[in-house]
Amino acid sequence: MSFLLPFDSLVCTLLGISLTVWITLLLVFIIVPAIFGVSFGIRKLYMKTLLKVFEWATLRIERGARERKQAIYKTNSNGIIVKEPTSLEEEIKQLRRNGSNRALDSREFEMSDIFYFCRKGVETIVDDEVTKRFSAEELESWNLMTRTNNNFQYISLRLTVLWGLGVFVRYCFLLPLRVTLAITGISLLVIGTTMVGYLPNGWFKDFLSKHVHLMCYRICVRALTAIIHYHDSENRPKNGGICVANHTSPIDVIILASDGFYAMVGQIHGGLMGVIQRAMVKACPHIWFERSEVKDRNLVARRLSEHVRDQAKLPILIFPEGTCINNTSVMMFKKGSFEIGATVYPVAIKYDPRFGEAFWNSSKYGMVNYLLRMMTSWAVVCSVWYLPPVTREEDEDAVQFANRVKAAIARQGGLVDLLWDGGLKRQKVKDTYKEEQQKLYSQSEYGTVHNLEYYRCVFSHFSMSRCVKQIGWL
Amino acid sequence: MGSRASSLLREEEIEEIKKETGFSHSQITRLYSRFTSLDKGENGTLCREDFQRIPELAINPLGDRIINAFFPESEDQVNFRGFMRTLAHFRPIEDSDKSKDPLVPEPLNSRNNKLLFAFRLYDLDKDDKISREELLQVLRMMVGVNISEEQLGSIADRTIQEADQNGDLSISFTEFQKVLEKVDVEQKMSIRFLH
Repeated sequence: MSFLLPFDSLVCTLLGISLTVWITLLLVFIIVPAIFGVSFGIRKLYMKTLLKVFEWATLRIERGARERKQAIYKTNSNGIIVKEPTSLEEEIKQLRRNGSNRALDSREFEMSDIFYFCRKGVETIVDDEVTKRFSAEELESWNLMTRTNNNFQYISLRLTVLWGLGVFVRYCFLLPLRVTLAITGISLLVIGTTMVGYLPNGWFKDFLSKHVHLMCYRICVRALTAIIHYHDSENRPKNGGICVANHTSPIDVIILASDGFYAMVGQIHGGLMGVIQRAMVKACPHIWFERSEVKDRNLVARRLSEHVRDQAKLPILIFPEGTCINNTSVMMFKKGSFEIGATVYPVAIKYDPRFGEAFWNSSKYGMVNYLLRMMTSWAVVCSVWYLPPVTREEDEDAVQFANRVKAAIARQGGLVDLLWDGGLKRQKVKDTYKEEQQKLYSQSEYGTVHNLEYYRCVFSHFSMSRCVKQIGWL
Repeated sequence: MGSRASSLLREEEIEEIKKETGFSHSQITRLYSRFTSLDKGENGTLCREDFQRIPELAINPLGDRIINAFFPESEDQVNFRGFMRTLAHFRPIEDSDKSKDPLVPEPLNSRNNKLLFAFRLYDLDKDDKISREELLQVLRMMVGVNISEEQLGSIADRTIQEADQNGDLSISFTEFQKVLEKVDVEQKMSIRFLH
């Protein structure tokens, strides 16, 4: 056994040296720049290289498929069908004109009236606006990860080798690196904020707490290899305001908070999240709710108003959709945050899906699974636009204000603006919508015209706003 | 490492569906992708809940009837073939579908078959007649609570009176066809599928 000892010590020495080298590199290239907010540009170079590789890979696949005369199944990013834009009223009128033998106004019901509902119904079965928002977007080209390979059947040898190399790089090199960074970032956050919490309240404490938070978020950004482009930073949220953004994943918080100072809002969790939350609130005021308090809308509104009224406190970060959407659209904003009367700073976040799917499909993956997937993707590339601040106008109510902000965010981020509730991910749609449809149909046929505004089809987005007004939002 | 969407759909199946329904290869693969995304249970068939999960369908007054049309006699599951067969009714009529040969059965998207689809939405008990009761049910579904019983009853009576030719106080398929002979069924009951 003795001949193993020198070998053992050699291995130990080697391990020791490589660990030291690795940690030094980590410190120099990643942690120190994170603390001071500078960048070596390594991530951008990485991103450019990756893009070139993806392009090459796609070309190879297409060439290979052409040689084999196989059709490549392209994504339905253009849709499966073209929907007719005519409204309920117009169609019923057309049907009347075509089918009836008598004068237009004496008919109340035609058997062909069902054609409209029938066709619309089958159209939504083939392609609807809502369900596709709750699953990851399909990619046009393959990004060398099996998980996104829905469409490309033919793989050549060279591509397989490249894919294998990709797996090795992602799992054996990037993943340990990222996990180390994440652990460092989170521990520094917890320790740092707890220590700052012992200081007496005052200017110094605020200053330190802001910078401790910032430093840790920056380390976490590097832990995900996130490459973020911030636009219009002059519109960054200020104290006493509310920052609203579209929600795609929990990473949104890290992305925004690494470029500004925010107070978080949320429910207190147990476990690691809870530890982090409790530590953070020691250093500066965040708004955490107990599970039971979340249902109490008045309490929530009161605490939010108290916070924004205090100019010394940081702007609140809120995601009014309430749930994660897949970054192709913006769904209904809950009106709660728009009733408080503070200045709203809208922010649009758009991820580039080629480097990794950032959307958290919470019905499919738990949080840990999701984070692992994020850390084994190539990178997280996104753009953040800070939109100019807005306030509620005199003649607007909270719902209209929310919709206005939502439209601005959707426009900037190139997302589809939907009026549907993100809660439909888990719940059934309310019957009140169906009742509205029925009212519409009967009024256009049987009743007198009360209000021209009514004559829009519920299936188009425009009339949803009338529905919303009628039903009274949650 | 193959494609998830179409690897479960073999070439022979695609050919058969093509022959039966008239959809193109790419349309079938795209619709299969849609089918699998609706299939939350991942067992290759859809149940009624899978359809009801679509919010825009759930608010359609005729939503339940349309869903029923996808399910064959007293079954609770529909597979991809059945799904395509029902969707085929909504394919626009092309010249290649019009065959002069009387021995060849009509394609699923012929004018008659489209009318038959609509007829079956009314005819719940499948006795090939739309009774007053069935007509009232559909009317009630479409107007909800906004029209009174009496008014609805008189509308139903009037409709049957006009359509009924053989005096049995119900509407048969032939009578249904006669009433709708001037309506542009081809356009109203077709969906523009992209190629």
